[in-house]
Amino acid sequence: MAHRLKVDGITKSVPGGRILFQGLDLNVEAGELVAIIGESGSGKSTLLNIIAGLDHVDSGKLLIDDEVLGELSENELTDMRRQKIGFVFQAFHVLPYITLKQNVALPLAIGNTFASEINQRALTMLTRVGLGSRGEDYPRDLSGGELQRVAIARALVNEPALILADEPTGNLDPETAHQILELFAKATRERGAATVIVTHSVSAAKIADRILVLTPTGLKKANG
Amino acid sequence: MAIIAIGIGVALGFAVHLVNGSALSAFGGAIRALNGAADLQVKATSPLGFDEALYGKVASIGGVTDASPVIEMRALGTNGTSFTLLGLDALRAVHVTPTLLGPNRSVLATPEQSIFATKAILLSQSVLQQIHGKIGDSVKVNANGKTGVFQISGTLPALDDRQNIAVIDIAAAQLIFDRLGHIDRIDLKLDDISDLAETQSIIASILPPSAILNDSQDEMVRGDAISRAYRVNLDMLALVALLTGTFLVYSTLSLSVTRRLQSFALLCTLGMPKLHISRIVAIEGLIAGVIGSSLGLLSGYGFAAIALRFMGGDLGGGYFGGATQTLVFSVQAALVFFGLGVFAALCGSILPALQGGRVRPAIALKNTGDAIDPRQKLSFVLPLVLGAAGTFAAVMPSVHSVAVFGYFSIALLLGAGITAIPGLARLMLMPLAKKNLGSVPFELGVRHLHGAPGAAANALFGIVASTALMIAMAVMVTSFRTAVDEWLGEVLTGDLYLRTDPGSGGFDARSQERLSQVPGVAKITFSKQIPLTIAADKPPLMLITRPIGNDHDRLKLISGPVIASADTTPIWFSEPAALILHQEVGNIVELPIGKDHKFTIVGIWRDYARQQGAVVIDTKDYINLTNDKMRDEATVTLFSGAAVEDVGKALIESAPPELQPFIQTAQPATLRRFALTLFDRSFAITYVLEAIAIIVGLAGVAATTSAQVISRAREFGMLRHLGVSKAQIIKMLGIEGAILGAIGGIAGVALGSIISQVLIHVINPQSFNWTMNTRFPILLMISVVLALILSASITAIFAGRRATSIDAVKAVRADW
Repeated sequence: MAHRLKVDGITKSVPGGRILFQGLDLNVEAGELVAIIGESGSGKSTLLNIIAGLDHVDSGKLLIDDEVLGELSENELTDMRRQKIGFVFQAFHVLPYITLKQNVALPLAIGNTFASEINQRALTMLTRVGLGSRGEDYPRDLSGGELQRVAIARALVNEPALILADEPTGNLDPETAHQILELFAKATRERGAATVIVTHSVSAAKIADRILVLTPTGLKKANG
Repeated sequence: MAIIAIGIGVALGFAVHLVNGSALSAFGGAIRALNGAADLQVKATSPLGFDEALYGKVASIGGVTDASPVIEMRALGTNGTSFTLLGLDALRAVHVTPTLLGPNRSVLATPEQSIFATKAILLSQSVLQQIHGKIGDSVKVNANGKTGVFQISGTLPALDDRQNIAVIDIAAAQLIFDRLGHIDRIDLKLDDISDLAETQSIIASILPPSAILNDSQDEMVRGDAISRAYRVNLDMLALVALLTGTFLVYSTLSLSVTRRLQSFALLCTLGMPKLHISRIVAIEGLIAGVIGSSLGLLSGYGFAAIALRFMGGDLGGGYFGGATQTLVFSVQAALVFFGLGVFAALCGSILPALQGGRVRPAIALKNTGDAIDPRQKLSFVLPLVLGAAGTFAAVMPSVHSVAVFGYFSIALLLGAGITAIPGLARLMLMPLAKKNLGSVPFELGVRHLHGAPGAAANALFGIVASTALMIAMAVMVTSFRTAVDEWLGEVLTGDLYLRTDPGSGGFDARSQERLSQVPGVAKITFSKQIPLTIAADKPPLMLITRPIGNDHDRLKLISGPVIASADTTPIWFSEPAALILHQEVGNIVELPIGKDHKFTIVGIWRDYARQQGAVVIDTKDYINLTNDKMRDEATVTLFSGAAVEDVGKALIESAPPELQPFIQTAQPATLRRFALTLFDRSFAITYVLEAIAIIVGLAGVAATTSAQVISRAREFGMLRHLGVSKAQIIKMLGIEGAILGAIGGIAGVALGSIISQVLIHVINPQSFNWTMNTRFPILLMISVVLALILSASITAIFAGRRATSIDAVKAVRADW
C-alpha cells in the first residue's frame, strides 16, 4: 500500500541545543490511523508542526503523497496544507462570526468563494458528523463535542490525504470523546486518509491501528 | 496609548486654563492699577464724559467721605507710545485712590514738579521707558485731537512695570485737551457706617444716562465676560482630547478584558466574586488615570509657558492685547484637572469593568472565541434617547452668556452617535454581508466586522469622537470664515480707508472739509466709533456714527427696515447687539446719549467685527444729540483713474500737521487680508487642539486595531493551518481596516455635520452673538474619510504582518 506520509530519519533540536528527537522514522499508509503518545515536552506538537510544514527539521526528509516538503516554497507549502492536510485542534478553533456551514466550507472556499456547490459539500460533511440540521447556526450555540464535530467536518471536507489531530478529545467528556474518536476512525478508513493523532490519553489512543511513543531516539511501538 | 491620551487631555485643558487665568490676572491687575483702589466709581458711559456738575452732587451724598474727579483719555506720546492719560485732582486722589499716585507722592515738591503745575506729568515706569525719557524732560502728548507739552516731574511708583499710565492735573487736562465742563470718572471713598447698598442706590438715582455706577468687581466681570465664551470654547476643545482619552481607556480595557475572559472565568471558578473582577478592571483604569493625569499636569504647565510666550494670554483671541502676562500656577486648577483626568479614565473603565464582572465561565472556558453572535439584535434605544436629549438641550437658552446646554447637547449627541456605532456598522455592512463577494479574504473581513460590530466599535469610539468634533469645528470655522469673507466683500465698498490713532482726536470739521476737496476724491464719508456702556457688568457696545439717510442697503440689514416711531431717532442694531440686549426691529430703546431721548431700532445689520455689539446712528442725529463733530475714520471713493497711493498721500498731507503722523491708510484688499489673518489667528489654537485630538484618535485606532489583530493571532494561526496564505490574511486585515476606517470616517463626518449645526446655530449665537449659514468643507470631509481608510488599513496591515509571523503559528501550537 502507498505511504501517504513518509518521515525519514528526521532530527529536531530546540534553541539551546537540546535534541528533541533524532533519526525519527514514520510511515503512515492510506486508511491507517496512528496515535502518538509521549511525555509532556517530548516534542509531539513539534512533530505535528514539522509534518504540516510549519516547522523545520535539522536533518532528515518528509514526504506527503511522495512530495518532498523540504523542496517546497512557502506558497507551495500553504497550497499543500490546503489541498492535502486536514487539521483538528484541541481548542476547536472555529470562527465565531460565520455559520457552521461556512466554517466547514472554509478550506474549500480558500482560493475560491463560498459558492453554492461548496456550501452543499460542507452541508453534506456536517450531515456525516451528525450536524446536518445545524448548518445555519453559529458556534455560540454548540457544545464542546459538537464544536469538535464541526472541526472534524472542516478537516475532512477537502478530502485530505493526511489528517493531523492534536488531543482532539482533550476538552471532551469520555462519552463524547469516544464518539469523536469513532468518527475519526470511520472517516480515516472510509476515505483512505492517513491520520496522525497526538494524545496523552492511552484509552483514546486505543482507537488507532498503531500506537507509538515519542522518545528522544525516535518513535517506539507502545507496549501492549 | 490610553495613558498618553488622558495625559494630553489633561495637559491641554490645564494649559488653556493656566494661560487664560494668567491673562485674566494680568487684566485684573491693569484694571486695579487704573482704578487706584477706589471704593466705588461713577463712570462715563462714553468717551464724551459727563457734566462735571455731577461731581458736587455725588460728593455731597451721605456715606461718601471723599470724591476724586478724573479725566480719562487715550493718549499718544513720543514714539507713538500709547497710554491712558488721567487728569486728577491730586489733593483728592491721594485720599481716594492712594495706590494710583503712590505713597511718597511729591505733591508738595518744588512748584514746577508739583502735580498742580499745569505742565507737570507723572509717568509710569513703562511709559517712561517707552518714550526713552527721564525726569525733567519735556514730552509731547496728543489726546482728544489736541497736543500738549509737559515736563516729566516724576513717576508713579505704585504701579507695576507693565502699566501704561500717565497723570496730569485735572484742570490742565480739561484746559489743554478741550474737556472743559466734562469729566469721565468720579472715584469715591465711602465711610464704614453707611449701608453700601443704600449709598449705591442713592448715587444711582441721581446719575444721568451719560454716567453709570461701577464697583470694583464690575470691570473684572466685564473683562471676564468679553473673553468668557472664547475661553469656555477653548476649554471645551481641550476636553475633547480628554474625552478621546476616555474612549481610548474604554477601548484598551475592553480589549484587555476580552483577551482575559478565560482568566477571569478561571478566577470565578476558583471562587473569586465577580465584583472583585470588576474592581480589578476599574483599578487598572484608575491607575491609567493617575499616571496620565500626573504626566498631563507636568506637560500642561510646560505647554502653558510656551503658549503664553508665543501666542499671548488670549491664545490668539485678541481679547487682552497690550497686557503683559506672566504664568500663574493654580493649585486649585491642577487638582481639578487631575481629578478630571482620573474621572475620565474611570468613566472609560466602567463598561469594561462590568463586562469583566459579567463573565460567564462556561462560555469563556469553552473558548469559542469571544462569544460573538452575529444574530444578536442591536438596540438603538440608547442612541435615540441620547439624541433626543441632545436635541432638547440644543434648544435651551444660554446661562450667563455661556452656551452650557449647547455644549451639553454636543456631549449628548456625541454619546448618541458613539453608542449607535455597533448598530450602524452592522447596518452599513448588511448589504455586503449578504452578498457573495468573490474573495474569501474580503468575505471574512466583512463577516468579521458584521458579526462582531462591538469589536469594530471598540476600535472606532475614539476616532469617531475626535473626527466628529474635528469635522464639527471645521464646518463651523469654514461657515464662519466664508461668512466673514463675504461680509467683508459687501461692507468694504470704498477704494481707500483712513483711520486715526486713538488719542489723536481725529478729523475735526475743517479737516473733513479739506479732505473732501482733495483731487481724485469722488466721495468721502466720515464716521466715528465710541464705546457706549449700557450696564456696568457688560462690555460696552460700539456706537458708530456715519451718514445713513435712507441708504439702508449699505448696512446689509438682516432684519428691517421699519419706520422710526414718532419723536424717536432711528438707530440700527448689529446682530450681536440685538442678541446681547434681546432687542428686535421696531423696539424703542434708550441709549446713554442725549437727555431722556428715545430711539427706534429700525434695522438689524450683520456685523462680524464687533462681538460685543454695535449701534449705528446717522451723523446728523448724533451731532444733534452730542454736538460732537470729531471723526476718526473715513471711507473714500475715488474718481475712476485716480491713483490710490497718490490720493492717499494727498489726503494725509491735507490733514493738520499734528494729526498726520497718526493717520493710517488702507486699501480694501489689505483690510480684508488683515481681517482674515486676525480670524485665522484667533482660530489657530482651535486648529492646534483639533489636530491633537485627531492625532490622539488616529493613534487610538492604530493601537486598538493593532491590539485587536494581535488578539486574533489564534484565528490567523488556524487559518494558516487550513491553507490560507499570510498574504491572504494580511489582505483580509487590510480590507477589514479599510472598512473600519470607512465606517469610522463616515460616522464621524455624519456625526460632526450634525454637531456642527449645534455649534453654528446654538453655540455661536449664544456665546459669540452672531449667526451664519452652514458651509461644508467637502474636500476636507472627503480627505478625512480617505485618511482614516488609509491609516486604519495600513495599521491593520502592519499589525497583520506581526500577527501572521511565526508567533501566530505558535499561538495555535500552544493548544497542541
